[in-house]
Amino acid sequence: MSVARDPRQRRLTPRARLLVVAVFVALVWAVVYPNLVVLVESVRGDETITLRHYAEFFQTPSEFRALWSSIWISVATVVLSALVGVPLAFLFARYEFPGRRVLGALAAMPVLLPPLVGVIAILFLYGESGIATRSVQTVLGLDAPPWRLQGAGAILAVHAYSMYVYFYLFTLAGLARFDPAVHEAAASLGAGRFRTLTRVTLPLLTPTLAGASLLTFMTSMASFSAPYVLGGGFRVMTTQIFNSKLQGELSMAMVETAMLAAVSLLVLWPLSRWEGSREYVASGKGTRAARMPVKSRWAAVGVPFLAAVGVSVLLLPHLTLILVSLVPDGTWTTQTLPPEYSLENYAQLFSEARTFRPIVNSLLMTSAATFVSVALAIAVGQLVVRWRVRGRGLLESMLALPWALPGTVLAIALATTFSLNQPWAGRFVLVGTAWILVMAYTLRVLPLTGRAALAGFRQLDPSLEEAAASLGAGPWRTLRRVTIPGLLPAIAAGASLAFVTGLGEFVASIVLYTHRTRPISIEILSQLRDFDLGAAAAYGVLLMLLVAVAFTLGQRWIQGGRRSAV
Amino acid sequence: MSDQIFLELDRLTRVFAGTAAVRELSIDVAEHEIVTLLGPSGCGKTTTLRMIAGFEQPDSGRVVLKSQDITRLAPQKRGFGMVFQHYALFPHLSVGANVSFGLETAGHSKRGIGDRVKRALDLVRLPGTEQRSVGSLSGGQQQRVALARALAPEPRVLLLDEPLSNLDAALREQTRRELRTLVKEIGITTVYVTHDQEEAFDLSDRIALMRAGRLDQLGPAEGLYHRPATEFVATFLGRAGAVESILDGRADGEVVRCRLAGDVVWSALAPEADVAFASGSNVRLLARPEALTFALTDDDAAVRGTIVDRRFAGSVYIYTVSVQGGMLEVQADGGAGRAGDAVAIAPRSAPAGIFAFPPPLHTGE
Repeated sequence: MSVARDPRQRRLTPRARLLVVAVFVALVWAVVYPNLVVLVESVRGDETITLRHYAEFFQTPSEFRALWSSIWISVATVVLSALVGVPLAFLFARYEFPGRRVLGALAAMPVLLPPLVGVIAILFLYGESGIATRSVQTVLGLDAPPWRLQGAGAILAVHAYSMYVYFYLFTLAGLARFDPAVHEAAASLGAGRFRTLTRVTLPLLTPTLAGASLLTFMTSMASFSAPYVLGGGFRVMTTQIFNSKLQGELSMAMVETAMLAAVSLLVLWPLSRWEGSREYVASGKGTRAARMPVKSRWAAVGVPFLAAVGVSVLLLPHLTLILVSLVPDGTWTTQTLPPEYSLENYAQLFSEARTFRPIVNSLLMTSAATFVSVALAIAVGQLVVRWRVRGRGLLESMLALPWALPGTVLAIALATTFSLNQPWAGRFVLVGTAWILVMAYTLRVLPLTGRAALAGFRQLDPSLEEAAASLGAGPWRTLRRVTIPGLLPAIAAGASLAFVTGLGEFVASIVLYTHRTRPISIEILSQLRDFDLGAAAAYGVLLMLLVAVAFTLGQRWIQGGRRSAV
Repeated sequence: MSDQIFLELDRLTRVFAGTAAVRELSIDVAEHEIVTLLGPSGCGKTTTLRMIAGFEQPDSGRVVLKSQDITRLAPQKRGFGMVFQHYALFPHLSVGANVSFGLETAGHSKRGIGDRVKRALDLVRLPGTEQRSVGSLSGGQQQRVALARALAPEPRVLLLDEPLSNLDAALREQTRRELRTLVKEIGITTVYVTHDQEEAFDLSDRIALMRAGRLDQLGPAEGLYHRPATEFVATFLGRAGAVESILDGRADGEVVRCRLAGDVVWSALAPEADVAFASGSNVRLLARPEALTFALTDDDAAVRGTIVDRRFAGSVYIYTVSVQGGMLEVQADGGAGRAGDAVAIAPRSAPAGIFAFPPPLHTGE
């Protein structure tokens, strides 16, 4: 865009140009390049380019089945999550009943469980020797467990449990955003409840629901923990890739990676366009719709009761995790509930170097990744929103790309690219070091911090920065005293989300870790393999607490930033 | 205008969190009449309108339409059209689909709907805009679409909640003339909410002036201006200075004599139904600027004072004059004096424009 058309575009100083070049190079090198390497590797024959591996992929039924499984599981996850999340959001947004606030907040609790932790919590509860499973078995006097938590059904159940929250939170936000007068307008035109819902409320929610569907679909396509732990013989693309890599079929792993990336992007592109093209902004005076008190006597008791029961079910995995973390190693065998409890597992976690190491690793690597991704996000925000540099669309896309690519794809791409030392091609041996994990975490959280920073920059009135300049502040001082404090709420939101995501990271870690650099999630898995359930659960509880702390601190920061910004 | 009561609000009360937003409010609206609920923000006018529409339930009292109690009737069954302050157009529907929304719920035929939508859009001077998206319209056009949408199903009563408050000043004035012409042409019974007295004067057959959830006075604009029932009505509609005085006696019916500082006696209009007026009691005199004039200092009816301010008000000037016991405002031409000048003020043609009210019993309300 030309300078004349946009008065805010500045002529860049040489130093600013250097920053532009540096950011471009960094993103191309870290985000785009490894994926290109995967593409190249997937078509590399002994001497020439070949499509042999692709042909093999399409001729092997098990490959094709894995791809199909990934897709249908993801579609089913979207449907199931919507069926749970949307009505729940309507219940808490529209009705007033005792305990609404507390229950409404608790309904979002599954977000506290990182994917792997959620899976093992559900395993402890509903697995073959889980508490709920044994209870049912005992009560009914059965010889065998009443169900087996394995295969597609188990994966779907875990997905729905952890991802309905997207629909729940998106719908709550969507309902809060729109003008309650629109509902009244419909009523004043004679529309009853059903017609208002189908003709007004749901159409207005479509962008919101499209956003939640997209997020759920992508998360489900990328999901690794649930299919890995609960899949049994049932394979989806992510576990298929991991297996190929494990068995040394590298070319096949490359093709699978490319296929998973292609399908993800294929879905992302039209859906995100659809989501973006239909934004409805409320024009109302910002009054909230009054919540309806529950009227009939039956409902006055029934609604809070059902809400409480529903929320308890949602909280059972958390409680189970805490319970199991208190069970000393080897004491819980065939009983329904563990017979002994102690804090032994926690004591061990912090007293032995071997068990403490993963905690330190996770915290250090996640902190580094969060810091780098926030810095990069701020730089990109400045380039895209303030300087409006040429190629800003490309910059934004690069920032968002890791979100579209499943973590497995990312990990394979990094592992492939950085296992060689070819400095002239920008390739170094990073595999085996902690740096490759930091890099993976950074890329995985970059879309989160990037989105937050861009939104923050767009909300920040540029005349604030101009005012600082008019008061004699140089660019650095303006950035430090005006821009960053103004961005703080947005950055805090992005950073806390990034930190939480990094802490529980499992998908990329399992491809890239070594014994020395293993994070908490990997340690949980190995404790589980050793049947030390208590220790695995204790790590899980620790993660859950760290996530809660990060969210709480982030929230406080967001609010603090808002106050000072006004 | 028919005298028969069409819409009746009968002692409506609505309490929010312990405080009454609306208290014992009774208003009658005749068929084809435009009644405006006027008052400062927070006086309960919007709550009242929402009770008429059915979006709020009164804690006590009734809403009666043609002698049928509709207090508990759901909003969608009332057949009342409403125009919202921010229009509340459906952003996902086209102009035509917005206007036809109410017709579809009423179960009209497809063809009939098309004709009615066209007629409604012609009525608000937006012909041929059916396919446009509401987001592409200007504020004034959106307001007209909202009106067309409310009118298309031919509602029994039209409710308007500050529909002009989002338009700029010039457009607002033009739109309100058009609105009155349109509503009168259709002859629909209308309840209009505003805080703008000019709007109320321009649009209404009668004005219900509200304060703190109560009705202070109900009547035609002229009645409220020339015979205000309370001090609040006198000051909310038009300008008025105020000065303390002592009641000297009742001259004839509604006219009382009041003694001001310097033993000057002015006659004034007393509220019609006031019993607490006894000779010797304190009263507050309120005087419209145009009811007063500067006089010679030896005039028997003149009160002495000092000019504290002079304001240009178009064709005339308004002088604020400090007198013993209060501040009066006088309308005169520009050469009558300047700040600091000692002057004398007398009524032009008492008691017109001069009102006597008992002093407020307590200031808590």
